Amino acid sequence: MSSLPMIVRVKQKRIAELISSGMRLDGRGLTDYREVKLEVGLIERAEGSARMRLGKTEVMVGTKIEVGQPFPDVPNEGVLTVNAELVPLASPSFEPGPPDENSIELARIVDRGIRESKAIELEKLCIEPGKKVFVVFIDIYVLNHDGNLIDASAMAALAALLNTKMFNYEVESGEIKVKPGYTPLPIRNFPIAVTFAKINDKLVVDPWLEEEQVMETRLTITMDKDGKICAMQKGGHGYFTLQQVLEAVKIAREKTEELRKLVVKG
Amino acid sequence: MPKRKPEKSIDENDVRIDGRKLNELRPVKIEVGVLGNADGSAYIEQGKNKILAAVYGPKEVHPRHLALPDRALLRCRYHMAPFSVEERKSPAPSRREVELSKVIREALEPSVFVEYYPQTSVDIFIEVLQADGGTRCAGITVASLALADAGIPMRDLVVACAAGKAEGRLLVDLTDLEDKGGEADVPLALMPNLNAITLLQMDGGLTIDEFEKVVNLAIDGCRSLYSIQKETLKSKYIAVKEAVEE
Amino acid sequence: MSLFYERKQLVTPGDLLAEGDYIAGENTYRDNNKIYASRVGLVDYDARKVHVVALKAFYVPSVGDTVIGKIVEVGTGGWTVDINAPYLAMLRASDVLDRPFKPQTSDLPSIFDVGDLIIAKIVAYDRTRDPLLTVREPGLGKIMRGQLVKITPTKIPRVIGRSGSMISMIKKETACQITIGQNGLILISGKTPEDERLAVMALHKIEEESHTSGLTDRVTEMIKKEKEGVEHAQKEA
Repeated sequence: MSSLPMIVRVKQKRIAELISSGMRLDGRGLTDYREVKLEVGLIERAEGSARMRLGKTEVMVGTKIEVGQPFPDVPNEGVLTVNAELVPLASPSFEPGPPDENSIELARIVDRGIRESKAIELEKLCIEPGKKVFVVFIDIYVLNHDGNLIDASAMAALAALLNTKMFNYEVESGEIKVKPGYTPLPIRNFPIAVTFAKINDKLVVDPWLEEEQVMETRLTITMDKDGKICAMQKGGHGYFTLQQVLEAVKIAREKTEELRKLVVKG
Repeated sequence: MPKRKPEKSIDENDVRIDGRKLNELRPVKIEVGVLGNADGSAYIEQGKNKILAAVYGPKEVHPRHLALPDRALLRCRYHMAPFSVEERKSPAPSRREVELSKVIREALEPSVFVEYYPQTSVDIFIEVLQADGGTRCAGITVASLALADAGIPMRDLVVACAAGKAEGRLLVDLTDLEDKGGEADVPLALMPNLNAITLLQMDGGLTIDEFEKVVNLAIDGCRSLYSIQKETLKSKYIAVKEAVEE
Repeated sequence: MSLFYERKQLVTPGDLLAEGDYIAGENTYRDNNKIYASRVGLVDYDARKVHVVALKAFYVPSVGDTVIGKIVEVGTGGWTVDINAPYLAMLRASDVLDRPFKPQTSDLPSIFDVGDLIIAKIVAYDRTRDPLLTVREPGLGKIMRGQLVKITPTKIPRVIGRSGSMISMIKKETACQITIGQNGLILISGKTPEDERLAVMALHKIEEESHTSGLTDRVTEMIKKEKEGVEHAQKEA
């Protein structure tokens, strides 16, 4: 990955100092998220879509549903596949080209949250066991990078899934015939990711871009609707102590519930 | 990857299919200095896992523009041989290998004094010759030894071990079968003397309480492996010393 | 103030060596009040400082060191030299040519060409630029003959021995000229290939057993035994 524009050292120090005394440069508390703005259903051609703004970070997610083959060891289940693109217009540090390690990691973290929480009822996506199933494509499109792409992408992906409608169909002599009407994609769980940055030995949630440039390391914790941890990922070149990990887990419990209410309405 | 249908791999007495108790590690064999050309190298066998690690560097960076002005550039490639798994794996790097290369690099980086060698690169290569679950952890353990073997100054060795949940029980060092049929897997890497966790991932479903227990199981596993790492580093020299000093 | 190891004990990176008001010497580092090893080696200490004699480490250039290097590139202004270190070294044409030179007319490859070995001294080095070499002093310059042995640079002091005892003994017993580069490269030039072989054997033995005691005696004995064995074989022939 190409390097981000160098953050001025004086500002770097300021951010770190403030955090040591429990405050952040943008006035937030250590466990406060930026403002969340969520819109769904803007892309008609997609089966489902969502546009999430987390502060100035902007991520769009579109879902597409196609017919495909199941995996051989789970012949009765639909297939989930998640992809992420850090498109060049989102940041001076993103370059055009095949997915790099950052976009692959982002996609796989979001994937794990949805897959391990069994959010999509994949068993209900079987058309013909062993032969035909529905494949759900989740494509994450980062439009503006101002920090914490993981949480924004995970929330946008969940919102897009909740917005996803599948066409009705029946199977006639091995052929799929489309019928009028739509059914919402069967969703039974609502995973939410909370990412922590470690700066000067303190944990802050939802790091914005400049905090990310100062942080030593990050920890993402994904929890489902019952408060169970379904995915976790440490990133960055620093480390955490066990105490810090357990503290983060406690904070994540609270924050995932808060954020879930913004994504899952009614 | 979707999980296979679980076959029963733990019996009523909490004995696993390979005879291990829930908190028992697979047998481990490690060797250091196994490759002639690399600056540092090491090899591990852990259960059926067979993994080789090599380190080249610190040396001038190629291509030049990647050099960092104030520190060494650490690069890591985790790769599985096509014959390492049951169904032949294509030699092209998969998305999983790309992610693992990144998290393994991030697990080793905190241990290396990269600030000492600006404008250079330290390249770490991990080749999985045979895989049976927990390869990223064994890869980290052996790569750390390769770094030490290369004479690269480090804050501590990095050691890694996974723990998780399978068939309702919490257990350590899961095999591929146990992972695929299990409910959760938590790989963890540690710099034991500094109590620093440098790799932490999780997939599956665990309550907060279960998670805490599993992490502690993984840390215990790490500490056992750490003693083996240290003994392996020293053993070559001890053997020579004993032989000549009578 | 506490020390956790005895002198000459084998330690590995991360081992806690001492706690308290000590100075962190070579191959150790300080974290708050504690001193840890950063390389595999033998720990040693005096009243104020704790350090580790590393059993394996690469060479880090130091001003004033005599090094043996290989020319890897000839440029317009000088040569790039591989000195078995993380950084390539530079030898400027102006160091060799007395008069101001014209890049177009000077034939640098005729002085040193790619693949040549040279003995040089490091005149300048800091972390921001590559090490700079000189061949101006007597004894420096192109190597015309001899065998090159590479050992871990941290063992060079052992090869030299206390007050040069080890290296003098090897020179005497093998009748070889031996030039030692601080960067772990050693040049051996003997009257016969057999003499050179003995010297190479001795150096490898020192590298293998550098962490043991009684080494000088054992090396001396080994060389003498080898010489006897060869003489005996020659007599039989």
